[in-house]
Amino acid sequence: MEALTAHLSQLGHGLVTTVELTVVTTVGAMLLGIVVATLRIAPVPLLRAIGTAYVEVFQNLPLLALLVLFVFALPTIGITFPLFTSAAIVIAVYEGAYLAEAIRAGINTVGVGQAEAARAIGLTFGQSLRHVILPQGLRAVIQPIGNICIALLMNTSLAAAVGVVELTQAANNVNLVEAQPIAVFTGAGLAYMLLALIIGQVTGLLERRLAIVR
Amino acid sequence: MNKTQQILFDEPGPRAQRRIRIATVLGAVGLAGALAAAVYQFASHGELAADRWEPFTTWPIWRYLLNGLWATLRAAAATAVLSAALGLILALGRLSTHRPLRWLAGAYVEIFRTVPTLLLIYVTLFALPQYGLNFPLFWKLVVPLVVSNSAAFAEIFRSGILALDRGQTEAGLAVGLRRGQVMALVVLPQALLQLAPSLVSQLVGLLKDTSLGFVVSYTELLYSGQVLASYTHLLIQTFLVVALIYLVVNASLSKFARVLQARNGRFGGRRGRRTAELPPPLLEGNTPR
Repeated sequence: MEALTAHLSQLGHGLVTTVELTVVTTVGAMLLGIVVATLRIAPVPLLRAIGTAYVEVFQNLPLLALLVLFVFALPTIGITFPLFTSAAIVIAVYEGAYLAEAIRAGINTVGVGQAEAARAIGLTFGQSLRHVILPQGLRAVIQPIGNICIALLMNTSLAAAVGVVELTQAANNVNLVEAQPIAVFTGAGLAYMLLALIIGQVTGLLERRLAIVR
Repeated sequence: MNKTQQILFDEPGPRAQRRIRIATVLGAVGLAGALAAAVYQFASHGELAADRWEPFTTWPIWRYLLNGLWATLRAAAATAVLSAALGLILALGRLSTHRPLRWLAGAYVEIFRTVPTLLLIYVTLFALPQYGLNFPLFWKLVVPLVVSNSAAFAEIFRSGILALDRGQTEAGLAVGLRRGQVMALVVLPQALLQLAPSLVSQLVGLLKDTSLGFVVSYTELLYSGQVLASYTHLLIQTFLVVALIYLVVNASLSKFARVLQARNGRFGGRRGRRTAELPPPLLEGNTPR
């Protein structure tokens, strides 16, 4: 226990970084997911192909390989970002592929009649998407999106492997000083479980408030 | 055109066709622009030079990377077998009629579903050796992966078992089978068949997880890439090739999962056999009118 309390600020910083990384990447991945899901259902074959390729590539590459490529290899062709930004971009791009698939599944649950009605009253592709399809489609997949957010939270720990000092790395650093692995790692594990619990609760709340019961 | 794509637009008329053409051109220009920017970045830093790529046409480099891939596949196979077995046990535990068993399995799954694998790897790397549990390198990667993946497998198995019609269990019990027999003879065979696509998808995730060998310095594909890159100083080339290998392997597995999905979990000759049993098709002239 002392090992934890003595390094509370260090662990706290790690926790804050994890939360920041999670929030930033969730927002980024959500936007990317909506864009890619839209590409995948667009009337233009080329755009559909781009959307499909995006999902295929980023669902089939390990996140750690992407992080390593982005953080260690891209500087050799002159592309550098601050470490936190790099990690956030990569995780957002990676999780965006998963969110795109979840959102597309949601769009598929919207009745064809809804889309036909939207077109019949003269809405364009973008309008029917924004006012009719997405509001209903997103509500149908709140739970899967919440699960992806929990996976995202756990994946932010991989940023530790390229040098971002978030919760996992902070715990590791504290353990290297204190040599109290059980206390330190259990504490970190509990913090992750708590964060996942919060995401789960928020998801449940949104589901109850927003989901359309048919 | 399947239902997915049709939902947002009708068959395009002349005006819509013009718009589609414009969007295609714009998309192509955007793609070409991105490609040109990438090529420019590579070229202006001298990374396009032939001698920076030539090593990847030689066998020793490929042998090294393929050795890495082999290690990845070995780790993935060990993880898959162990975590599927453990996951099945956990799923059965969660569905058991004994409360303590149910509670234990539930706690395990809920805990390890929400703890990052990297944290578990740090535990095996830095915590367990203090208590005399020092695994060989291979198991330092595989054990944490099994711990976290078995929780995922347990959830897949449980959902599959619960999704099966209750009448199946009831019928099994009604003909006098014991609970264990119903599970083994009636429920599991059907549930597993339904689950085949999800299980293969989980394999993709598991194979991606083995890239954590990078952290434990187990020379699987990603760490091999790292070693190779620090040796040859061909950073971006090496990691792009490594990414490509991952992509090929995982995309094939994902494709396999989709084929399974389309065939309702059946693969192999069953379909062929069934068609073989059909009577030969009637000839044109013989069709009854």
